[in-house]
Amino acid sequence: MTFRIGPRTSQIIAYIILLLMTIITIIVLFFIIGYVFKNGFAQLSLEFLTDRTREMGKEGGILPSIIGTLFVTVLAVIIATPLGVGSAVYLVEYTRGGLLRRIISFGADCLAGVPSIIFGLFGFIFFVIQLKLGWSILSGSLTLAVMIIPTIIRTSEEAIKAVPLSYREISYSLGGGKLDTIWKVVLPTSLPGILTGVILGIGRAIGETAAVIFTAGSSLGMPTSVFSSTRTLAVHFYILAREGISMEKAYGTATVLIIIILFVNFVAYRLMHRFMERYY
Amino acid sequence: MNRQKMMKISVEQLNLFYGQNQVLKNVSLEVYEKEILGVIGPANAGKSSLLRALNRLYEIDYARISGKIRLDGEDIFDIPINDLRRRVGLIFATPVVLPGTIFKNMSYGLKLHRKIKKQELNDIVADALKAANLWEEVKDRLYESASTLSGGQQQRLCIARTLAMNPEVIMMDEPCSGLDPISTAKIEATMLELKKTYTFILVTNNTKQAARTADRTAFFLAGELIEINKTEKIFTKPDDPRTDDYIRGRFG
Repeated sequence: MTFRIGPRTSQIIAYIILLLMTIITIIVLFFIIGYVFKNGFAQLSLEFLTDRTREMGKEGGILPSIIGTLFVTVLAVIIATPLGVGSAVYLVEYTRGGLLRRIISFGADCLAGVPSIIFGLFGFIFFVIQLKLGWSILSGSLTLAVMIIPTIIRTSEEAIKAVPLSYREISYSLGGGKLDTIWKVVLPTSLPGILTGVILGIGRAIGETAAVIFTAGSSLGMPTSVFSSTRTLAVHFYILAREGISMEKAYGTATVLIIIILFVNFVAYRLMHRFMERYY
Repeated sequence: MNRQKMMKISVEQLNLFYGQNQVLKNVSLEVYEKEILGVIGPANAGKSSLLRALNRLYEIDYARISGKIRLDGEDIFDIPINDLRRRVGLIFATPVVLPGTIFKNMSYGLKLHRKIKKQELNDIVADALKAANLWEEVKDRLYESASTLSGGQQQRLCIARTLAMNPEVIMMDEPCSGLDPISTAKIEATMLELKKTYTFILVTNNTKQAARTADRTAFFLAGELIEINKTEKIFTKPDDPRTDDYIRGRFG
């Protein structure tokens, strides 16, 4: 007599296995965030958030790094989003899925997988030295922009491809031109997908160390313009921990970084939700 | 009245190709003003392609055509494409509402063509919805999402959306294929009413629908126009035996 599992039992087993997998993933995630918060929350104070950094980070706060991080990230996204979305629109709407599109898509996929330190070296050689931008917020954000463009292209491309052909036909048959159709039908319909790409891009940019340490530098001064060098939160954390300057301040910095990322994602999802409600 | 004046669209020796595949073969026909021209025929007869040629929508499929098409005696390639597509509206088989409210669907095309005052826009939208027999059902929910409408209502919204553009010719590509008999009857009634003002080309797989509504009927087969004549004649004693076979359902 062979041992058989009934269909009902196998359903239950599959359910339990899948549930376990999900639980494990979530536990790991919460453990990391919880661990950082446990060590970092004690560091959070008004002074820590609003004071200049003193004694290489052993004393004082992290305001210059908070400002530097926001500057670098926002500028990177402002540069990368139009370029990425524009490329995606071109690829989907203006090439007929031919060789060119496949080559560019393949290139974007490859670029998305390149380690960030390579982008850092490229940014250092090209933006910092060749274009003489120096270690600056501008160099850093340009480098990050190059790094996140592939992600934005690919997600936008998928989102735009998912817009039903019939929407375009309707727009054309009502006398709309190609640009009208893209602006008023294709882009609004694919916006949630595009925004997902942008959020992924923000996530990559805001936590990046290797690409910015070479290009934005690690100056602790308060940034005054896009040509100031700055030390982003992630870089600050890295230096504090690696040089053994202050583990407490390092965890404090990490906590702030995680809170900022959570906040950015929360705002982005709220915005997307509001948009969907208004639009659909 | 002379015939020349009554002619709305004339098609001369129209060929249409998708790549190597020729889907319309040497088609010549005329559409008269304020008639309903029924177009019937089995699948792959080229009925939809004919419609897509008349408003140049075939261009987005990268198809090619040869031959002459005239609207009011003017070559359609001499008419700015946006004007042409406004004047020759197309209703698709599956109603497609754009994401957004009913009002937004109605105003989309209008806003593309010209700056328009809010009051005028409201009036045009209301008139078009009334003409499409939809006003009573949606007048209180113009700012609700159009996707909340039923299939039949969505199709009438599509018709209203086209009417709002103040077209001259309305082409319908199997407008009732997915609808229940009541919705179908409503759309046919709408069409017969609107015939006073507009010219219709009605592509349909339902030969009875052509018999009910069309003034004249054209029978297509494998890209060729087999026969075009008064609907009565087509349905009672057609000239070509293939037409007879198709109408009696003795076909493929």
